[in-house]
Amino acid sequence: MSAAVDDAAPVLEGRNLTKLFSVKSGHGFLSRRARLYAVQDVTVSIGAARVTAVVGESGSGKTTVARMLAKIITPDGGEVLLDGKAMPRGRPREYARQVQMIFQDPFASLNPVHRVRHNLVRPLKIHHVTDDIDAGVAGLLRRVSLEPPEDFADKFPHELSGGQRQRVAIARALAVRPRVLLADEPVSMLDVSIRLGVLNLLADLRDSEGLAILYVTHDIGSARYLADTIVVMYAGQLVEAAPSVSLTDDPAHPYTQLLLSAAPDPERPQPPSLVRSGAPPSLIAPPSGCRFHPRCPHAMEICRQVAPPSVEVSSGHTAACWLHVDSGKRQPEDARMAESIVTTDPSVFESARERAQRISPTGIRKQEERG
Amino acid sequence: MTAQEAPVGTPSTEPEQLAEPVLEIRGLCVDYGYGVDAVSAVVDCDLVLRRGEVMGLAGESGSGKSTLAMAALRLLHSPGVITAGEVLFHSKPFGEQGPRGTIDMLGANESVLRAVRWSEISVILQSALNALNPVMTIGAQFDDLLRVHRPQFSNRDRWNRSAELLDMVGMTDDRLRSYPHELSGGMRQRAMIAMALALEPQVILLDEPTTALDVVTQREILEELMGLREQLGFAALFITHDLSLLVELADEIAVMYAGRLMERAPAASLFHAPRLPYTYGLLNCFPPMHGARRPMEGIPGSPPDLRMLPTGCAFHPRCRWSMDRCRQERPALRRLGDSDREVACWLYAGDAVIPDELTHPEPPKAGDRPAARGPVRASRARR
Repeated sequence: MSAAVDDAAPVLEGRNLTKLFSVKSGHGFLSRRARLYAVQDVTVSIGAARVTAVVGESGSGKTTVARMLAKIITPDGGEVLLDGKAMPRGRPREYARQVQMIFQDPFASLNPVHRVRHNLVRPLKIHHVTDDIDAGVAGLLRRVSLEPPEDFADKFPHELSGGQRQRVAIARALAVRPRVLLADEPVSMLDVSIRLGVLNLLADLRDSEGLAILYVTHDIGSARYLADTIVVMYAGQLVEAAPSVSLTDDPAHPYTQLLLSAAPDPERPQPPSLVRSGAPPSLIAPPSGCRFHPRCPHAMEICRQVAPPSVEVSSGHTAACWLHVDSGKRQPEDARMAESIVTTDPSVFESARERAQRISPTGIRKQEERG
Repeated sequence: MTAQEAPVGTPSTEPEQLAEPVLEIRGLCVDYGYGVDAVSAVVDCDLVLRRGEVMGLAGESGSGKSTLAMAALRLLHSPGVITAGEVLFHSKPFGEQGPRGTIDMLGANESVLRAVRWSEISVILQSALNALNPVMTIGAQFDDLLRVHRPQFSNRDRWNRSAELLDMVGMTDDRLRSYPHELSGGMRQRAMIAMALALEPQVILLDEPTTALDVVTQREILEELMGLREQLGFAALFITHDLSLLVELADEIAVMYAGRLMERAPAASLFHAPRLPYTYGLLNCFPPMHGARRPMEGIPGSPPDLRMLPTGCAFHPRCRWSMDRCRQERPALRRLGDSDREVACWLYAGDAVIPDELTHPEPPKAGDRPAARGPVRASRARR
């Protein structure tokens, strides 16, 4: 599967990552251990001064990917490369110094019995970052816009608001001067009015310090806002990867189209109808072929049988879908089937770009510039 | 029935074409705690829910939106205390059963409330796993409900009705034998919706019903719910923090901040032509799905602590356009000209200069509104 394309060499890369979990299924003496493919053959790369977003529903494996990249869990297949080099097994301290993670719930990720200062001092001491601890703490708090720092350093986490707590969690991750930040749903627990503040902070860190950031989220709108590249995951597999505007304006994979049409968007004249569009499959017994085929409005015979290859739709935009494979390479009868579906009901396959053109003047302008 | 047989009087200030009110909240105040420690969670809120309409109640966490709704239905837990106000429920049941006429919810005794709760006003909460009994099958819980409220039903009637209700929300009747933990989050919330609709209520209170669900499931469930509303004709009070979602669903939206109603307007007007700086800021918190990307600022600062509210307008420390007057006096919710919207902001009193961002023209009325193109967004692009 092809990775999101970056100009520069990626700082951190996960290549063909696969993770199996062993789960119990069935009851009583009929129960057995079943293998659950949480993540299968996913390739993600994060470039310096870039934000890569991983978007998907719950259970799609996006957090598992972030955890494998952080080396919190060990992949069962594939490898994690830092600067193109494979790291030794386990989680060496040198790796932790370069790759840091921010978690979803700042209420749980900060030690509640210690002051903010203690939470920030520990990484500074453990990694011997600086000798002047006090200046280090103040500098960190300033970098995440908690000013004046002396007001915040001696507070307990429960004395801070959710947004401030998440900023402290980011400051703690920045303490070791990492090059990669893995942010797992960093704003989903925060109030809507302060989410943008935290997203803007991440954008500033990317621009001013050249951090490589992985942004894991279920909110495709915020991914479009923050990320340079978006990869979409479905049922443990990567279905589409593209520059963020290209992906949201012109989604190539039917699942991405479903995700986009489900996202709240007050600007469209009529909300789409999605009644009974199904649910993600069980990962213990995933559907054969393309995992999205039971829900896909364009499913063809080949989708039921063979998993689709990842194909380049346009420059830097890849999708794992048979619709984008040359019809000659599909079975002839399947190709005919695809043709009939696409031509008889083009409205089903209306791209978001067309939709954007219909309702937004900016979309048209962009199209003219391209043409 | 102790309900008074009072004529349902529509307030004279309302234009005539509006549907009659079904739930009227007037001057409601709710405190948490007593005496000097009391925190005012809801202060002087007026809200009118009309028959068959969807009223959206938006605000950040801690703004008092859930407290307001729970207090109106007398579901508030200690130490919540209703200190003032009145809540009138104008009941016109769809079936033969149930109370008729106006019921004073705050003065009603337990037997009246028992006749109203769930059969006339039902509630759907955020977490269906907590709302459903984990040790009973879905079918047993339906059975329980119908056994109490529909004593004339036989066993078979109850089962058939349960199956019919599940079918209405897109589930098969074999799910009646499932326990809540065996269902997915979306299924549980569907079962909860079916249960809330079982007695054909006139009002449904939706307290963040889809916040815990994935976007696709959320959209499906809301679509189903809105379809059922057209079919069954209930009114809904929809509480959420997701203003962008409300704009697509609600007829009217009320925005709360720090326990007070700050703006009330038809949904399209609120989105295309916000008048309140807070609403404008809140709309700016949702990155658009189209057009060029540009930096957005959200709202600076964080929501206030209800124990230490700022003087004057509670929003003034975070407001871009705050004036001296905002720091000293609190603005009251007042009607804006002759429009059908209300705003609590000093910008619309006296000779204050209204910033460009808040002067977008009202959108055309629903129905003849063309492709919704956000004038708000357009102007932001210009800046």
